Amino acid sequence: MKADRIFLQILRVAAGASLLVLAAFFIQLFWAALPAFRAAGAGFFTSTDWSPGQQEFGAGAFIYGTLVSSVLALLISVPVSVATALCLTELLPARLAGVISFVVEMLAAIPSVVFGLWGVFVLSPVLRATVQPFLAEKLPWVPLFSGPPLGIGMMSAGVILAIMITPTLTALSREVFLAIPRLQREAALALGATRWEAIRVAVLQSAKGGLWGAIILGWGRALGETMAVTMVIGNRPQVSASLFAPAQTLAAVLANEYAEATDDLHLSALAAVGFTLLLVSTVIHLGAKLWIRRGGKA
Amino acid sequence: MSTDAQNRVEIETVGLRAYFGNVRALHGVSLEMPRHQLTALIGPSGCGKSTFIRCLNRLHEEIPGARAEGRVLLEGQDIYRPGSDPVIIRRRIGMVFQRPNPFPAMSIYENVASGLLLAGVRSRSVLDPIVERSLRQAALWDEVKDQLRKPGTRLSGGQQQRLCIARALAIDPPVLLMDEPTSALDPISTARIEELLVELKKAVTVVMVTHNMQQAARISDRTAFFLMGEMVESGPTDVVFTNPRDQKTEQYITGRFG
Amino acid sequence: MKTSRAFDLWRKAKSRVAISLLLLGCGLAVLPLFAILLHLVREGASSIDWNFFTQVQKPVGELGGGMAHAIVGTIAQVGLASLVGIPLGLACGIYLSEYGGRERLAGPVRFALELLASTPSILVGVFIYGAIVVPMKKFSLFSGSLALMLILLPLVARTSEELLRLIPQHLREAGLALGLPRWKVILSVVVRSAWPGVWAAILLGIARIAGETAPLVLTSFGNPSFARGLDQPSASLPLQIYTYSISPFEEWHRMAWAGALVLVLTVLILNAITRLTGGSNEHRRAE
Repeated sequence: MKADRIFLQILRVAAGASLLVLAAFFIQLFWAALPAFRAAGAGFFTSTDWSPGQQEFGAGAFIYGTLVSSVLALLISVPVSVATALCLTELLPARLAGVISFVVEMLAAIPSVVFGLWGVFVLSPVLRATVQPFLAEKLPWVPLFSGPPLGIGMMSAGVILAIMITPTLTALSREVFLAIPRLQREAALALGATRWEAIRVAVLQSAKGGLWGAIILGWGRALGETMAVTMVIGNRPQVSASLFAPAQTLAAVLANEYAEATDDLHLSALAAVGFTLLLVSTVIHLGAKLWIRRGGKA
Repeated sequence: MSTDAQNRVEIETVGLRAYFGNVRALHGVSLEMPRHQLTALIGPSGCGKSTFIRCLNRLHEEIPGARAEGRVLLEGQDIYRPGSDPVIIRRRIGMVFQRPNPFPAMSIYENVASGLLLAGVRSRSVLDPIVERSLRQAALWDEVKDQLRKPGTRLSGGQQQRLCIARALAIDPPVLLMDEPTSALDPISTARIEELLVELKKAVTVVMVTHNMQQAARISDRTAFFLMGEMVESGPTDVVFTNPRDQKTEQYITGRFG
Repeated sequence: MKTSRAFDLWRKAKSRVAISLLLLGCGLAVLPLFAILLHLVREGASSIDWNFFTQVQKPVGELGGGMAHAIVGTIAQVGLASLVGIPLGLACGIYLSEYGGRERLAGPVRFALELLASTPSILVGVFIYGAIVVPMKKFSLFSGSLALMLILLPLVARTSEELLRLIPQHLREAGLALGLPRWKVILSVVVRSAWPGVWAAILLGIARIAGETAPLVLTSFGNPSFARGLDQPSASLPLQIYTYSISPFEEWHRMAWAGALVLVLTVLILNAITRLTGGSNEHRRAE
């Protein structure tokens, strides 16, 4: 049928276009990044000296900032998310669980810039006024809590990121727990396990593989968060042991410097940062999918 | 051992009623299950026999909205008396489910020992002999003694079910509940489990739900017939099968319905 | 098996503590939403007035400014992005669902869409910057719309593919058996049956791109007033919130809160509608 063939052709063009776009994406980014890579060499990833004025472009500080802020976010968010998912699947009555999962989903819909706004005007001041001085006073010998409590900095970024990835991690963990057959819990209870022991033995232990996949996916999302991070992290390309200090991430520096950059090498270096972020994000995402597909076994 | 001790009742129910929300699933069942005998519970689907057995170890009340009333006496003590802890009671009663359900994250050894591990027993010198004894009682020892570290889920269906039996036996319960333990298995595995039950009941009191009447006739000492939430009749197996008191029992056994 | 009474009590206590901790964690997860909403209302509600919706940015010190230009900018860019992105996304979704088995292109396309969906949206902005903004030598509403379109496209494509796949095969066969050509069966039977879910997915996608900031920083850049044409830079609501909140001016901070309240209410209402009418639950946040 002629019309059928035309229809298929149209669809093919549309589909092919998206394939072309993705290819263009990678190619264009790499092309724009090339001059910077050539100029800096491998030092691009290791040097922490980012001074556009002096034509120095080392992205080490951004890589550090991205890693630390995302790991901090995971440390906070994973226990909370797993606990929430367990409550939703094991502990709460159906109606309450429905309401709570609705609330968590709504949290997922809030734009990053609003989190940033809240982070700048509410969270950071609270951290600066209460949490950070408390930590500095009680544990002064820990390098993590050294330096002046500014509020704005790595800790704020970590906390905001944690709040932002919790809905994702909760939803993913919940799916993992729901997949475990009811019979496992009953077997544990029949052995005389307490409620918590039954959860630990029948649910958590079986879910370990799936949970790791969820954590990696959540980590991938945290890496790409831009606006909230750039608003609360201080935008300082430096590496510091202290969580109170300002820092910078790969995504945030792009939002921060791209629009004002005029120097060609600067622009190219920023494109290189973007390419790095693209690579990292893609690898992690594919890795997570592969892990999940193989049932969470190494 | 005198006949009195031999015929002593291990577990019995007095006027047991069970509800799912407002729906009554069991209407006042009073049944004695004697020591060291295998009592079979038969009846058509939905007659309440699974609900009954889950009331014996207080698993029924774990379903949202479900509750049980009446008395269940384990060695003379009512497990439903106010203030009693279902968790503690379940450690005195073992249960094997219809589908084999070994814990997937554990090895064979760990599966068998899981009841003890939960209770805080860690010492290998204590666990090793218990694991071996349980696996022997479940007629599984010879097949797995060299692969105790392998995951529990690598075994065949029949082996997994025997593993679950060993797991239940490891906590040394006086009573073992079985909810259609062989209905998901092939005939050969079924036969092996029936064999081990005949041996096992000399040491443990067994209460078994089965939809297979021939199975009940083969291995049980007493039989109780359930219909629509009521226990119609109970007695020694040969009597129930050859000379039932109630007409409904006779109709079920001769295949008129169910 | 006999266990010591003390140990049993210890196990019970451990269980109670553990369960309480789990519930506490759950409470912590829910708390931020209320905290954020509370602050949005407290700080922003008072600044929402007629001016907010009708005035554009006024120089600092002058009162009576508003976010009209940002709201219009968002509507324009989201509208343009949807105009192209929705049909294109649907087309890809139909292609993958109805022809996926036989077409060699399907695998790579699906892979490409999944990659595109998982990349941080700032990078979409970087791409458009290099591909459009630099050759054009200016920021523009057009490039902003393009960036938003690239974010919307994989969302619509993947969700519509999933929903179309769910339509049972026998419905297609019934249509074909009536003598309908394949393309008609697809559009009038399959897509029509899946439409409520697809529509919900579209609404969610629109809600998502309405909140996007990062790609717009590099493409439409912002504007203190209305954009005079497609090739001019444009403001947008989330971008304006960002600009105002990093400024040092108190008055602008208040407007940022107000803008955030309007944005969040819009997004939440859209999400709630789709959720309550049985929409999908795959969520990604707007950057």
